[in-house]
Amino acid sequence: MSGPPLGVAVGASWYLVVAALLFGVGLFGVTVRRNPLVMLMCVELMLNAVNLTFVTLAHRLGDVAGRTTVLFVLVVAAAEVTVGLAIVVAIMRHRSAVTTDDLTALRG
Amino acid sequence: MRELAWLIPLLPLVGVGVLVPFGRRLGDPRAGWLATALVAGSFAVTVAIWIEMLGVPAEERAHVVRMFDWIVVGDLRVGASLLVDQLSVVMALFVTGIGALIHLYATGYMHGDDRYPKFFLYLNLFVFSMLMLVLGENLLVTFLGWEGVGTCSYLLISFWHERETAAVAGKKAFVTNRIGDVGVMTAMFLAFSAVGSLSYADLGRAAQDGALGGSTATAIALLAFLGACGKSAQLPLHLWLPDAMEGPTPVSALIHAATMVTAGVFLMTRLNPVLAASYEWAPTLVAVVGAGTALFAATIAVAQHDVKRVLAYSTISQLGYMFLAVGSGAYVAAIFHMVTHAFFKALLFLGSGSVIHGMHHEQDMRRMGALRVAMPVTAGTFIVGWLAIAGVPPFAGFWSKDEILLYVHAKSPILWAVGLVTALLTAYYMTRQVILVFFGAPRWTSHADAHGAHGDAAPHESPASMLAPLVVLAGLSIVGGAIQLPFSKEMHFLEHWLEPVVEAGEASLSGSWAYANKWLLLAVAVVVAAAGIAAAVAVYGARRVRAVEPRILEDAWRYDAAAARLVGGPGAVAFRAVAWFDATVVDGVVNGVAYLVRDAGGAIRRLQTGFVRTYALMVGAGAVCVLAWFLVRGAV
Repeated sequence: MSGPPLGVAVGASWYLVVAALLFGVGLFGVTVRRNPLVMLMCVELMLNAVNLTFVTLAHRLGDVAGRTTVLFVLVVAAAEVTVGLAIVVAIMRHRSAVTTDDLTALRG
Repeated sequence: MRELAWLIPLLPLVGVGVLVPFGRRLGDPRAGWLATALVAGSFAVTVAIWIEMLGVPAEERAHVVRMFDWIVVGDLRVGASLLVDQLSVVMALFVTGIGALIHLYATGYMHGDDRYPKFFLYLNLFVFSMLMLVLGENLLVTFLGWEGVGTCSYLLISFWHERETAAVAGKKAFVTNRIGDVGVMTAMFLAFSAVGSLSYADLGRAAQDGALGGSTATAIALLAFLGACGKSAQLPLHLWLPDAMEGPTPVSALIHAATMVTAGVFLMTRLNPVLAASYEWAPTLVAVVGAGTALFAATIAVAQHDVKRVLAYSTISQLGYMFLAVGSGAYVAAIFHMVTHAFFKALLFLGSGSVIHGMHHEQDMRRMGALRVAMPVTAGTFIVGWLAIAGVPPFAGFWSKDEILLYVHAKSPILWAVGLVTALLTAYYMTRQVILVFFGAPRWTSHADAHGAHGDAAPHESPASMLAPLVVLAGLSIVGGAIQLPFSKEMHFLEHWLEPVVEAGEASLSGSWAYANKWLLLAVAVVVAAAGIAAAVAVYGARRVRAVEPRILEDAWRYDAAAARLVGGPGAVAFRAVAWFDATVVDGVVNGVAYLVRDAGGAIRRLQTGFVRTYALMVGAGAVCVLAWFLVRGAV
């Protein structure tokens, strides 16, 4: 059985470490991958890492505000995905096989 | 009723609003009737307000009509407010009254002109501006009207802009007025920085309770006087007025007799507490400039040949009288003379316009003569105007001129002597004009022959729409003096009326030598006027003496040429230096800031690579930095 040895309580810091790792994976994906769909998924990963942090700390501090915030983040993330996917689909219709590096119209 | 004072300037503005889109469709003469009716309407409103004011006690007559907050910036609060008090009602009465008469006259005079509706559009806009000027509750609203009349005078003087001289005259009037405007603007800045308000009430209060220092008050008064010199054509800024005669004659009558030129006198009267709070020499300077201008212009009028130019110089001279009165602390007398002068000078201008109309646009008096036969009504009314300006009792000008001379004598007998000589010259040149135009032998036959193609070349009387205003103004010129009679204290109607407005600056006569001997001074003035008339009759009527019309007076003391040489020579160098400073230093600073921003932007915009992943990396790096900062701070 992997994971923490028996008899050791899973403390709040474990959750925070997982959240940090998730966030790092997401950030890495956003900076490295060029496929817009994958990048959107990585952004979702980062958002959920933050959600995890919120819930953890809310539990530990006994503050309901952290849990409430998570609900807001979820809603905003849903909206963000909707808009992001719509944009990706619209771009895909105009050009085939697009990577984000091809979209540089707003270069300064 | 006083709450409805905003109707007074609004009605002419409605005329503008209607004539801009529909003027051409209304055409000749309906556009003229509309404009006239609106100004007459505003006269009716003014009369109603005046009657209401008569019914309340003197201290409750002043009334402020707040329309809306115009400018609110920090400490500066300027309301678009109208001040309806004794002074502004007097001004509004004669501006709208005489304005309506001149509009009526113009419907006849301008008949057949190609741009007939546009002329009335400008006239209405002018009346609106003038009413804002006199009704303004603070310096800024007055200044709005002040600039408005300046612009309208430009448009109206150069109305016949196909003529080079008219276009140039319009420009000259505008530029000369701008010089004076600088004074008014600076006076406003000073007033605001010293008092923190632009309203006349606050300014007057500050001047009276000593909050306004002597030097500041002097500066404000003199800067306002500079503006007044520009608007009211006093030395050394008088030179636009004679040229402004290039405009149509109703314009000369409206702008240069009845309304715009009196704006300077009005402003000084409005600011009388400030002038009273300034150093002793400031009012004296005003009086000296006024006396100098009065004499200077009167000498020039003696040798002019153009029928309107004589009147133009006469106007400058009479305005000098008003400033002489203002400088002597005789504000009531100044306003009194302003009103009577508006009556008789509008009459004279409109009369000369009738002559010009009847003579087919001949303006040279050397080619007139004996016109009383062809134009009996014009001649009769013109003669009334002549008697009024010459100071013959009991016509209006006699009373107001003597009132001024009385106060001036109390201030300084030397200035009184200058005023007296001016009165002599006034009687002389006006008699000369009347004789040259209406009496003697006709000298216009040659003109008729030369222009035989005209068909009906003989002079003819003008239409009724032009004669009616002449008759009304003649009546006013006869009885106008009745508003302020010297016989007893109770008959000083205008003085009692204006007292609350001018009490701060009004000089007191009681106890002076002049007051004790006022009948003697009166007699002297009458003798002087009679002498002037007699001299002119001897020279031009009976032809006993050769006419003295020296070349230098005909050229107006060559003042114009000298000013042109000064402005063209050393002036041009100075202007170029100022222009260089403006283009290099002032514009340099402004452009420098713009260049700096542009170049910095050019350098920084390279950060925007257009690669989304770069941005993501930046955001990530930023998040790490923020995190690091929190950690470091938490550790310390």
